Amino acid sequence: MSANNDVLLHVEDLVMHFPIYRGVIRRQVGAVHAVDGISFDVQRGETLGLVGESGCGKSTTGRTILQLYKATAGQVYFDGTNLLDLKPEEMRYMRRDMQMIFQDPYASLNPRMTVEQIVGEPLMVHSAVTGKEIQERVQHLMELVNLNPSFASRYPHEFSGGQRQRIGIARALALQPSFIVCDEPISALDVSIQAQVVNLLEELQDQFHLTYLFIAHDLSMVRHISDRVAVMYLGIMAEVATRDEIYVKPLHPYTQALLSAIPIPDPIADAKRKRVILQGDVPSPVNPPSGCRFRTRCPIAEAICAEERPAFRELSPGHFTACHFSERFL
Amino acid sequence: MPDFILDVQGLETTFKTPDGVVHAVNGVSFGLKEGETLGVVGESGCGKSVTMLSVLGLVASPPGKVKAGSAVFLGQDLLKMSKEEIRHVRGAQIGMVFQDPMTSLNPVLTIGRQLEEPLILHIGMTKKQARERAAELLTMVGIPNAADRLNDYPHQFSGGMRQRVMIAMALSCSPQILIADEATTALDVTIQAQIMDLVKRLREELGMAIIWITHDLGVVAGLAQRVIVMYGGYIVEQAPVGELYAHPEHPYTIGLLASLPRVDEQGRHQLASIEGMPPVLYSKPDACPFAPRCKWVQEKCWKENPPLLDVGPGHTAACWVDTKTGRLRP
Repeated sequence: MSANNDVLLHVEDLVMHFPIYRGVIRRQVGAVHAVDGISFDVQRGETLGLVGESGCGKSTTGRTILQLYKATAGQVYFDGTNLLDLKPEEMRYMRRDMQMIFQDPYASLNPRMTVEQIVGEPLMVHSAVTGKEIQERVQHLMELVNLNPSFASRYPHEFSGGQRQRIGIARALALQPSFIVCDEPISALDVSIQAQVVNLLEELQDQFHLTYLFIAHDLSMVRHISDRVAVMYLGIMAEVATRDEIYVKPLHPYTQALLSAIPIPDPIADAKRKRVILQGDVPSPVNPPSGCRFRTRCPIAEAICAEERPAFRELSPGHFTACHFSERFL
Repeated sequence: MPDFILDVQGLETTFKTPDGVVHAVNGVSFGLKEGETLGVVGESGCGKSVTMLSVLGLVASPPGKVKAGSAVFLGQDLLKMSKEEIRHVRGAQIGMVFQDPMTSLNPVLTIGRQLEEPLILHIGMTKKQARERAAELLTMVGIPNAADRLNDYPHQFSGGMRQRVMIAMALSCSPQILIADEATTALDVTIQAQIMDLVKRLREELGMAIIWITHDLGVVAGLAQRVIVMYGGYIVEQAPVGELYAHPEHPYTIGLLASLPRVDEQGRHQLASIEGMPPVLYSKPDACPFAPRCKWVQEKCWKENPPLLDVGPGHTAACWVDTKTGRLRP
């Protein structure tokens, strides 16, 4: 897709359908088209922000990349290896290099394990280290994420939401991965705590040359943290471009509407903006619209949009869009 | 003093918990003018929701207890009313919309039944009149085929549509005040934009006063005329909306605004974060509740909790320190 040689992750025509079964004999009657043929790259050392509304398939994309779901079709190349061809044992080995930080800091930590057990578990599973070494390593990891190492024997419920998310980050860092999928890591946190966690993620990225796939619905935070941004809508990729291009010159009408819908914490700037208010709701992914997925809510839809699925094409260098009429916005 | 349709003075609410008595609201006073939109912002646990629940007599007792204060609505103190009396105010003269539109609607009754109920109870309409009015209300909040949809159950509506139904229900008896508690928090941004648009239109058509409770400083910027910022059960700042965003005076407000990334910002910069966590108050503090996290903290802040001081026209802040000079206010 991109000419850049330093591609760490290359996703091609990834499809993830979840079958729906009905009746006594559990016959398949349909499928949720959660991800329907998306392609993108993640460069080494960058942060790719993946945004979209609930149900657009952004979390499914993250999980399918890590092979937490078995993809229906497509390819996922990580550092040149197609993950879909790997045997389970090989994939397990691969996972040392690709980790995940989850949205809900309450549900993603086992309440019956201490911090030391939680953060130390990946070390125990993946490397032959002694208990003493694990202990030292956990202390070091806790310091890295600004948690007091003397709390290592405490349980998750003794920590606040922001601290719990730090535990989740320490666990993800334990095996020194190069790639981390951050699945809405801050949406469950309070505003003043969000900034703390985002700053920490940025520091760690600089320190360890991490590559992030940062999944979020908060476009303000994505603008802050990302180098490039990918916008999804109902299982397809609507637009991919550098951060500044997406926010300054969006070429897809969905991106435009999404950006204009975000409230700005400044009454003067907020009043000056042109707003595009979309009509209706996101259609069901069980039965997505024909042609362009966005046409049912699109302010500029025409007849062709119902007939032909727009190609995901590179309109200017590094700027991809899936709209028949994107040229109008150039 | 201007005429307030709702005048809250010295409100105090506590909750008994296994860990001790939590002081959730600690002497909150504010007024709401006719037709005015008041934004109430703060993080989780700051007391913003409990303040409104106390005013409406909705604090479950035990464990909650409204210990002191008054809330005068059209000459009558809501806090002194009997359960029967306040029920006639709630729903009829003060409408409410809550965060989660799924749990706020009864899943086993049709939307029509739920919309008709307050009309029959509070206004004394006949079943037939109520049915017609219910259809009108649904049309007013932008739900197509209103007359047919009255027979549908809540699960047949999407999240945004359910929130429209909640707004229709809150406005059904033409209340003087609409209280919305995190009404758009559970919704996607494009749907949030639709709801904000709807609320602004209805405000113009019906002229009711609005209290909009949220953690999102962006939402308030586009909607409110006056804003109250709460922290640790206290009002820490209160100002007209333009003034608050242009010249925040309280260190907490300053920190909160600085910690927000903006979708219209240029370039990458470190987010200013507020260190530490919001407090849980097991006793009324002698010190300023924000002192442990404050950059400008001085000796006086640890000894005496500041009252709201005048810092500009219509602008009050509970801080001893003038953040522009770093010295104590005269």
